[in-house]
Amino acid sequence: MADRLAARWWIVPVTAAGIAFLAALPLMVSAYTVSLLISMLAYTSLATSWAFFSGTTRYISLATAAFVGIGTYTVALLSDHLPLAVVLAIAPVVGFVIALGVGLSTLRLSGVYFVIFTFGLAELIKQLVIWYEINQTKTLARYIFVNASGTLIYELLLATAVVVISGVWWFSRARLGYALRVIGEDEMVARHSGIDTTRVKVLVFAATSAVMSLVGAVLSLRYTYVDPNIGFNSLVSFQVLIMALLGGIGRPWGPALGAIPLVLLFELLSGTFPHYFSIALGICFVVIVYFLPGGVMGLIDRGRKWLLPALRPGRGP
Amino acid sequence: MTATAPLLAIRGLRKSFGGLQAVHGFDLDVPEGSIVGLIGPNGSGKTTVLNLVTGEIAPDGGTVQLDGREMIGLPAFRVCRARIARTFQLVRILPGMTTRENVLIGRLFGAAPTTPRHAGREIDALLDRVGLADRADQAGAQLTYIDQKRVELARALATQPRLLLLDEWLAGLNPAELQIGIELIRRIRGEGVAIVMIEHVMEAIRALCDHVVVMSAGGLIASGAPDAVLHDPEVARVYLGDDDA
Repeated sequence: MADRLAARWWIVPVTAAGIAFLAALPLMVSAYTVSLLISMLAYTSLATSWAFFSGTTRYISLATAAFVGIGTYTVALLSDHLPLAVVLAIAPVVGFVIALGVGLSTLRLSGVYFVIFTFGLAELIKQLVIWYEINQTKTLARYIFVNASGTLIYELLLATAVVVISGVWWFSRARLGYALRVIGEDEMVARHSGIDTTRVKVLVFAATSAVMSLVGAVLSLRYTYVDPNIGFNSLVSFQVLIMALLGGIGRPWGPALGAIPLVLLFELLSGTFPHYFSIALGICFVVIVYFLPGGVMGLIDRGRKWLLPALRPGRGP
Repeated sequence: MTATAPLLAIRGLRKSFGGLQAVHGFDLDVPEGSIVGLIGPNGSGKTTVLNLVTGEIAPDGGTVQLDGREMIGLPAFRVCRARIARTFQLVRILPGMTTRENVLIGRLFGAAPTTPRHAGREIDALLDRVGLADRADQAGAQLTYIDQKRVELARALATQPRLLLLDEWLAGLNPAELQIGIELIRRIRGEGVAIVMIEHVMEAIRALCDHVVVMSAGGLIASGAPDAVLHDPEVARVYLGDDDA
């Protein structure tokens, strides 16, 4: 273990240099590129946190849109009254608390029932917000007047992505990572091996949902206008899922490898074929699930296995 | 049953599934460091007893005490941490994890939780003990049946149990493997772990058990030393059949 770490001493400086480069990037590129990078970073955090819970435990959640929307609406409701930093700190707490309640009541559901419930949850919260806005505030849309530059949004999301990926990297090698994997493999074995499955599932679901709400809150600074259909866009849940699948779950940086190309692809598609976007999205789903079951990470692993024996003669299989 | 208090004491355990009384009024004492055989025909409620003791399902009544501490009402993970470990009738291996990881999780979350970093050497020793040292890095899905059974046993032992519940752990082994398995169980007992084994392999029961109890239709029908119980005509009638008795 120590030898392996010593042999990889270069990882820390290279990562630090990479992060510094990414942090400086907005100074060098156009505003359009910054907005594209913002989407990449946002979806990287979303896909990474989604994969950490749903990818490992195999409790497939379609509630991503719900928690993103909760973040967006926290900003929409509070940004007139509180300083931005406070609002951004509140958003993940709101997401965490709601996810805690949802988790406690639903994580006993298994398989497809959990999937359907989480999908319904996003819709339910959206309808509740619509009801509240129509009946209480008499408006269906809100303006977000926050003075935030693209660079600020970018840097906030970069920091979030770095924390999320390192957090996932750290926890997946710790006890928690094993607990999640065992739950995904066989929950009965998990229980009888001393794992408090309910606590692990609920806390990780809540923590990853909090990240989603934070991302939603930061992203909302881009908008000047938000309504429930924008805030709680269920397409987001599916996009995040397919990004995580494309990248490959089970590695901390896997989902990022799916988020980056798909953000580019979606951008290209919605720019050139805005009317066929859903069809293109559907085709992406099919192609990825059918041809890349292990995702990009799986492809890299296969390539390595195939190449390494050739590169190191005498150590072949 | 014994002069000193038993390690495990089950009293009046009851469980019905709908109209079916799976277990009714089941009593059992397991003295410290002993091996108790639990036998009976299929469907007699043996595995249900294991599921009740380990917190997998809740009983309708009765008590299960480990060293005086009540287990009924505890969730399965707490029963495991209270140092009761089990294997499963149908082997439950984690197919996507390696042999080492399969065993490691018992150590990480069992009676004395620790971190992956600290568990390494212990897990190697445990793998060696059950004869899996050379397959440590194989995926669970690739292991043979006997090796999967070894993994399950090692995982249960990794939780550091005082009481080990084996659900037909020796079933399906060939004669050579059976001898290895019997020897392994004997060694585990030698290290102070009490064992309750559900088993159909009479050779193993005779070789290992200090005490045998026989279940039929959810209740106890006989109890005693292996030879006496196996020659009980009532036991022969409900369970062994004419050719095996």
